[in-house]
Parts: sequence; C-alpha cells; structure tokens
Amino acid sequence: MANEVHTHQFANGLTLLAEPMEWLESAACALLVPVGSSSDPQSLPGLSNFTCEMVQRGCGGRTSRQFVEALELLGVDSSGSVSNAFSSFTGAMLAENLFDALTIYADVVRRPELPEEQLEDGRLVCIQEVVSHDDDLAHQVMVELRRRRYPDPFSRVRYGTVEGIKAITLDDIRQHFQAFYQPQGAILSVAGKVDWPRLRDHVAERFADWSGTAAEPVETPPAATEYCHINHESSQTHVGISYANVPYSHNDYFQAHGAVGVLSGGMSSRLFTEVREKRGLCYTVSASCETVRKRGAVVCYAGTTTERAQETLDVIVAELIRLRDGVHAEELQRLQARIKSSLIMVQESSTARSGQIAWDWYHLGRVRTLHELNTIVDGLTCDSINAFLVDNPPRDFRVVTLGAQRLEMPRGIS
Amino acid sequence: MEFRSHTLDNGLEVIAEVGSKAYSTALGFFVNTGSRDETDELSGVSHFLEHMVFKGTPTRSAEDVNRELDEIGSQSNAFTSEEQTVFYARVLPEYQGRALDLLSDIMRPSLRDEDFNIEKQVILEEIAKYEDQPPFGAFEKCMAAHFVEHPLAHSILGTQESVGALTSEQMRSYFEQRYSPGNIVLVASGNVDFDQLVADADRRCGSWQRFDAPRETPRAASHTGLEVIKKDAAAQEYVVQVANGPASEDDDRFAARLLATALGDDSGSRLFWELVDTGLAEFASMSPYEFQGTGIVLTYLACRPEDTAAGLQRVRQVFERAEKSGISEEELLRVKSKICSELVRQSESPARRLFAVGSNWLQRRAYMTVRETVDAYQATETTDLAAVLEKYPLTASTTVAIGPLSQLAASA
Repeated sequence: MANEVHTHQFANGLTLLAEPMEWLESAACALLVPVGSSSDPQSLPGLSNFTCEMVQRGCGGRTSRQFVEALELLGVDSSGSVSNAFSSFTGAMLAENLFDALTIYADVVRRPELPEEQLEDGRLVCIQEVVSHDDDLAHQVMVELRRRRYPDPFSRVRYGTVEGIKAITLDDIRQHFQAFYQPQGAILSVAGKVDWPRLRDHVAERFADWSGTAAEPVETPPAATEYCHINHESSQTHVGISYANVPYSHNDYFQAHGAVGVLSGGMSSRLFTEVREKRGLCYTVSASCETVRKRGAVVCYAGTTTERAQETLDVIVAELIRLRDGVHAEELQRLQARIKSSLIMVQESSTARSGQIAWDWYHLGRVRTLHELNTIVDGLTCDSINAFLVDNPPRDFRVVTLGAQRLEMPRGIS
Repeated sequence: MEFRSHTLDNGLEVIAEVGSKAYSTALGFFVNTGSRDETDELSGVSHFLEHMVFKGTPTRSAEDVNRELDEIGSQSNAFTSEEQTVFYARVLPEYQGRALDLLSDIMRPSLRDEDFNIEKQVILEEIAKYEDQPPFGAFEKCMAAHFVEHPLAHSILGTQESVGALTSEQMRSYFEQRYSPGNIVLVASGNVDFDQLVADADRRCGSWQRFDAPRETPRAASHTGLEVIKKDAAAQEYVVQVANGPASEDDDRFAARLLATALGDDSGSRLFWELVDTGLAEFASMSPYEFQGTGIVLTYLACRPEDTAAGLQRVRQVFERAEKSGISEEELLRVKSKICSELVRQSESPARRLFAVGSNWLQRRAYMTVRETVDAYQATETTDLAAVLEKYPLTASTTVAIGPLSQLAASA
C-alpha cells in the first residue's frame, strides 16, 4: 500500500504535495487558493464565486475561449469551484499533459485577464448558480442546518445571493483578487504518474515568485434555534438533523467516524436497516461526519412523504440516542472491512487521492499515507469508540424540515 | 488486459476483462431486461424487482444479504435501465469467491410477500423523491411522448399508480419470463481468477433452468411535438428534447457521440458557449443514448422561465447551423482528445470497465479493448459527423418543458 507522499513548502507559503501512483497512466491535480465565501465582504455575498468565474474567463494572454480550448486539447477534465474556505481549480488528465496543465492553472490564479467585456456574462452565470438551488430542496435543508450550527462566515453558502452578485463591480473583483489570490496557505496537490523532482522544479518555475498573504475572516456566532420548519408544497418532507462532533483534525476523529459508520454507510448500517429496510419509510437516509474549519458535526438527512415524516424523524432520533449505548463487535468488523477495502481501492483513482491529500494538509498540516490510515483503522476497537461515545454522546440536536407540514420534536431530543 | 469468455450448458455466459495488476475485482450479473420489456400494466416492475433481489433467498434473509455484502467490504449496488438490470459488487481480489456466492444466490430471490409490501413503500418514496427533484420527470415524459407506442416509451420507475397496483404474483411471473440464464451475463473485470470464476459459476448457476426470453427491437418512427407542463412549485424551467440517433448496433454511434460532445458537452461545446457561458441557461447539454434497434440524442436545458423561449431558439440555431455547415476539423480534434483521455482514465478503474464491457456484450455480443474504442473514435472524420446529422436531424425532435410556464411559442 502506498506509503509515500512528497511535500514541499515554498518560501511564499504555497505547499506542493504529491503522491506518486506509478501504476496509473493518469494524473490529477488540485490547486486550492484560500479564498471562499467566508472571505466575501458582508455587503457583497457571492464575490469570491464571481471572482472565481472571472479568473477563468481568460488568463495569461488567452481569451476565455482559448483557455477552455487549450485544456480540451490536452484532454484535461477541468473545473473551478468555490467552497466556504477555498477557490479550487482541479484537473484530471493523462500524466504526460500534467505540466502543460499546471502552466495554465498558474496563469488562472496569477495572471487572469478579468476582462470587462466578460463581466455581465459572468454575472449572469453566477446568478444562475444561485437560482438553480431554488429547486434543490434537500440542499435548502442542509443550508439552514449549517446556519444553525456554525458561526458566520463559515456557515455561508458558496454562491452568495442574487442581490450581492448584482451589486458587484469589476473593481470589487480586481480588489478581491489582489487581496486574496495569494500563495500563503495555498495548496497544490498532485496524484498519479508523476516524477517528484521534475514536478517540484516545474512548480517552482511557475509559482515560486508568487507572493502575498490574505486576511483571516472574523466570526459571528450562529442563531441558537433547535427546530426550523420551511413550508413548501413538495411531495416529500426533507428532514435534516445535526449534532456537534469532533473535527477532522481532532485526535478522536476516527472514533467518531467509526460510530457514524455504524449508523450509516454500509447496507447493514443502523439507519438503513431501521428506517428503510424494516419500515420502508424512505428511499434516502444517511448520516455523515462533516468538518467546517475547526468545527465538526454529524449531519443526517432523510426524504420521506409528508404522512410518514413524523415517524421517520422519530426513528432516526431514536437511533441517534441508541448510539449512546455503544457499538457492537460485529458492526465494527464490517465497518473495518469496508474502510480497509476502500483504502486499497482508492489507489485506482488519482483524482480521489489528489483531493484527499489536499484536504489532509489543510486540516492537519501534514498528509496521512494510506498505510497510516490503515493502521488507524486496525487500531479501532469497540472499547475505544464506546469510550468516545460516553464522552461525546449524540445530543443537542438541530432539526430543519422542509415540506407541507411542521413536525413535532421527539421527546428526549436534547 | 486479457479477454476471457465461457458459456455454461444452460446458456449463462461468463465474460471477463482480466488485468492481473488491478487492486480490485468487479463482478456483476447483467440481466437483459428493463422497462422496455414491460407492459403498461407492469410499468416499474423491472426496477421494483431489482430492489426485491436484495430481499433474500431460501437460505438468506434480507439482513443476511446486506450484512454479508458489508462483511466482505464490498461496494455493491444495482441499477435498472430501459434494457438492463445490473447487480454488481466491487471487492478486493481475495473476496471474488464470496462475492460470487452471494450475488449468484440473490439472483434466485424468494420474493416474499411481506418484503414485497415493505419495499413497495420504498419504491413509492423513490418516485416521490424524483417528483421533488429537477427536472421533475421531464425525461420520462419526453421519452413517452417521443416513443408513443414503442416499448421505450415506458418509464423505468413506473408511476405511483402502476407500482401501487403491482402484485407479488405479477412480479414472480415477470421474473420467470425474464431471468433465464440465457438472458443473463456474468461479467467480471480487474484482478479476476477466471478459471475459478467459471468453476464457481457452474456450481452456483449451472442448475438454473433455461427458457426463451425474447425482446422486440423495432426502430422508432420519427416524432416531433411540444408539450408544456405547468408546475407551480418549480422555480426554473426544465426542457428535455429527444431526437432519433444511432442504435447500439450501428457503427455511426462513434460519430454521434463525437457530434454530441462538440455540440452539447457541458463545457467547451457550442451549446455551452451560446447558452451557459453567456448566463442565458443554468445548464445546457446533449448526449446520445443507444438502445437495441434504435437510439436517441437527448438535449437538456435548465433556465429561468423568462429565458426559455430565447434559449430554445438558440438551441435550434445551433442545430440548424450544424446541419448546414457541419463540425470543423479543430472542433473534432478537441472532442477526440477529450473523449479519448476520458476513456483511458476510465480504464484505470475495474468498476467502470465492468459497465463498459458488460453493456457492450449485452447490446452487441462484442468485446472491445480500450485501445480499439479509442481507435474507432480517432478514425472518425468530419464527413461521418455530417452523415449522422443528415440521417438523424436534430431539428426533428420531441420537446417537453416542465416549470412555471404554461405555454411556449410553437417555434420552439
């Protein structure tokens, strides 16, 4: 199992990570610049997303069309997107085209044209992205749930608001670019068939003379409401539940991950068995660990028709409370089998690994190799997970529902 | 990579693309049955049956099946399409035997009444889920309008009414007509021990009784029309257009895919530059789907209601210009590069190869290496794309729009 990840910290604050996977023909890269919706000014929500759109509308002397066509000719499956913390530019390609692609990505983050004649088209694209979420009901539930869990600006959606985007000028974008497209805290991760010394030299040539530091956002605490219902004439009621959990960087994270893995994930997991298999209450039910900056939560979702929504909520909450009693040896064994098998299989995907090593670096300041992850998973025991659950029992739930009827909160919910 | 195949005495074919260096083994039973093999009364039965296959056998309960799939650390699932129902598992090579044991057992399900009644609720929830989700059934409605009396008019999920009325006897009878070993292929890819696979398959599946499971594969007539369905709860307008295209057995399917990528890939295509890059639409794309006997090219547009008429007009202009002047050499070069790069990257995953190899075999009884597929695309010329456009004009299509609008200009 792969046990080598190269790292190189440039003097300007950019980190280069590489996991060689010489058995593949492909390579994948992710360039993360530390500017996301949490960097948006209060008055201009959506500025980071609009800026990300604009840097891809021509760079390094290329027009918007030349930029897209250059990547297509190289056979790069490319995308640019904004999260709360980062603007990310990712590509998957045949390994022989990696260096040419990196040269183009360097232009995107360092030498965008930010052309005035593209501004209105870019604005419309960003507005489309906002309104496209109006029809995504499960997403709306998750957004409300995050607002009740994390402080602003970390609970913000990545795409801003229509009003915010309408108010943005080209000067705003230029200033935002100047202030935040900086190497300090930026991560470039590569996985696949790569030659480390050559990669490091190439990246040094393209990025080492980049310089600057971006500002850190300021926090405002979230509203502390337990339950929120959004009325909507939909076929299903969409139910979201969250509770506090340790973040990815915490020493106990894998204990929490183990507990949630017993709850949801495999086909024999508790939520799938109790909610769907035994009662037929819904098609989709899930729980997962999420980390937002230094905070973590467990987030559950289920979609179910209105008349069965109350029972669905009750059964899920009962399972969350039952988790306090601990997990069983057979459950843990199945979980370990699933995780260990996926750790081996991920070696078939350069894209998955390039994303994972960047995530590790951001949260841990180092990268866990697959070998190290395997050792951690082997070390999980029922005792260790159950001790964690005694100290961190699922409680203080936040609930958001969207649908035709408000629900009753189950007793003993907090 | 090495291709291996073997046919059991009862007609069950076993095929594999063996790559001994792969980290994983992917296995699947590909059943040649789907919504096109259903009557109106049975609409949704193939997909419902796919769910019921996981509900246990004479020797395993549903819980046993789920538990064992997790015990071997598998990533397993199933899906139903218009013409295939596929059950698959991705496992580490040492679990090939256990995975086959389990998958072959569930292919002879008990179909117990109690499980049937609970699972029916899950299916009804799945239908309700898609009713809440863009494009709000526009694809199914457009297929129904385009194909009219053709078997491809049937939706995969069925409706609340058709699924609600299904009985377990009807499902058993459907199973007995479609799940013949001669109508099923066991497909494997990745790190496969093929001789062991054949020996295990013979032991586990050799006693399955063979019977005829015929399928009608008529060409679809050309159809045009426009249907606008008002849905007040939707914020955006969703439009699906279906035009005829090459069938799975037609050689011009490679040209059709290159054409659809040039005109309607989600980035860098003509529709992208006209509609998405300009912010006129949230989404605009085009893709071909091949079925036995006939095929379609599907165009999908999502935009604000007030932009829909203009958006559809632009789509039509893009099609008309392509029909008149074709695709340029430079465009063809770029889409070839895109598609071939994607094919090679796909080949790194046995799970993704499983579907390509299995589907190719089910549709054409043929195996193509990744290299042969890449060569087929590389050998295609702009004149081949023009020929596809002439044979299957994109402007002759059926359109269904769902969203806040109650009408659209007929010129759309």
